[in-house]
Amino acid sequence: MRGLTDIYATLFRTDLALQFQYRAEMIIWLIFRIVEALVFLSVWTAVADSQGGQVGGFSARDFAAYYIAMMMMGHLTFTWFMHEFEFRVRSGSFSPLLLQPLHPIHRDIATNISYKFLTLAVMLPTVLVMVWLFDPIFNTPTWALWTLVPVIALAFLMRFFVEWALALVALWTTRTAAANEIYFAGLFFCSGQLAPLALMPDWVQTLAAILPFRWMMAFPTELLLGHLTPDQALEGIAVQALWLVLAWGIMALVWSRSLRRYSAVGA
Amino acid sequence: MSYLRLLWIFLRIGAMNELAYRANFWAQLLQSLVNLGVALGGLAVIFGQTEALGGWQPAEMVALLGVFFLMSGLIGSLISPSMSHFMEAVRQGTLDYTLTKPEDAQLLVSISEVRIWKLLDMVQGLALIGVALVEIGLQSGLVRALGFAATLTAGAAIVYSFWLMLATLSFWFVKVANILVIFQAVYGAGKYPMAIYPRWLKVMMTFLVPVAFAVTVPSEALVGRLSGEVLWGALGMALAMLVGARLFWRWGVRHYSGASA
Repeated sequence: MRGLTDIYATLFRTDLALQFQYRAEMIIWLIFRIVEALVFLSVWTAVADSQGGQVGGFSARDFAAYYIAMMMMGHLTFTWFMHEFEFRVRSGSFSPLLLQPLHPIHRDIATNISYKFLTLAVMLPTVLVMVWLFDPIFNTPTWALWTLVPVIALAFLMRFFVEWALALVALWTTRTAAANEIYFAGLFFCSGQLAPLALMPDWVQTLAAILPFRWMMAFPTELLLGHLTPDQALEGIAVQALWLVLAWGIMALVWSRSLRRYSAVGA
Repeated sequence: MSYLRLLWIFLRIGAMNELAYRANFWAQLLQSLVNLGVALGGLAVIFGQTEALGGWQPAEMVALLGVFFLMSGLIGSLISPSMSHFMEAVRQGTLDYTLTKPEDAQLLVSISEVRIWKLLDMVQGLALIGVALVEIGLQSGLVRALGFAATLTAGAAIVYSFWLMLATLSFWFVKVANILVIFQAVYGAGKYPMAIYPRWLKVMMTFLVPVAFAVTVPSEALVGRLSGEVLWGALGMALAMLVGARLFWRWGVRHYSGASA
């Protein structure tokens, strides 16, 4: 354990220095996220206006709070490995990672966390500007604020393992873009990105709760908005923990299978 | 006419290049269908809660989506790959070979790479437009068709000029590709009518990143919402952008000194 802490300290140090050199590239992901929040906020504000100010219990200001929260949760939990693994395998840059006496996932976790730490410098001002522009209503109880810490950590880790496991598919076939789209479509409908799950048809809500998607983003968002009771929050944490164990197990299984399968491109 | 012949030749080369990778066709087909499903599913959810979005009826929104995919197909098959190819050529210095050719360099650069499978997006867009038109019913067909053709051409010209101007910047700056990614991010907002956005966003999406001219204006023409002012505005903007991009391109070329020189 001691060794791993040292390794992470070093990884964070080098990653922070490295990523700071690519400031412009770092902003790009953020722009996608901000535009997405603005688009759906505008869409649902227009819908609320056309329905006399409210739809499904959400007013324009409630939607503002929802999409600002969603933007933060999306940012905190997202990973880019499903886009990157295909390139890693095809270009051969995965091979040197395998030669190191360290599971590549540690390096990826460190990179992801240091990226999020650095981009907070842009994310926080964006949130403040959006709060100023759209005047959202947050009814966050104090207990929910504290509960958010483990909930976001669990959401991040479970999403990380799920997407890392799916990214490993690139070790079988280097044509993963199309398959990835299906996963992102699921995320779009079932994680609360398109609309608060309360506005979705019942069968989508059921599906979202069975699949991991709701627990990645919608659940932390609802908690932050004060839509959940303490009991619901505890239930949610239990489901998240379950998914974390499951996702970790799947990841470990796929990893050992895929390593046997891997033959470096060009070798 | 030699321009059209050249375009045809490049199209054929692009087709031959990609026909070697036939599995990519299925991958792209799957990707296009998933995109279509996501877009239509999104509309279904929205119209489950309301009858009109920013004044647009469901069938009109399908038409808008059709124009969106049509333009995405044009960008994805021709504009984006050609401009990426060009920027890489500046970085590596291989643009020298293009500049020494007798044909106009702007033209050669603009059609240098064609991704034929992306044309599936255009097919999809046309199908959506067809379905929407049947649903809406065709009144005053000819005038509307002319308005649509004019604004669509203007939109394509504006988007092309916008990309060319940004790509031309690569004569001075190396990392322009990043700005083009920003275009892709903002372009996604064109799936919904401009009427729903706050004023400052509308202004940005009209003049800073021309999403409104690329998607919204042609869609307005298609469903019969186009006003004369907007039509002339779009045509004027297209002309100004084409001329501006041309002048800027020539100025940029004069600046180019080769990567190794």
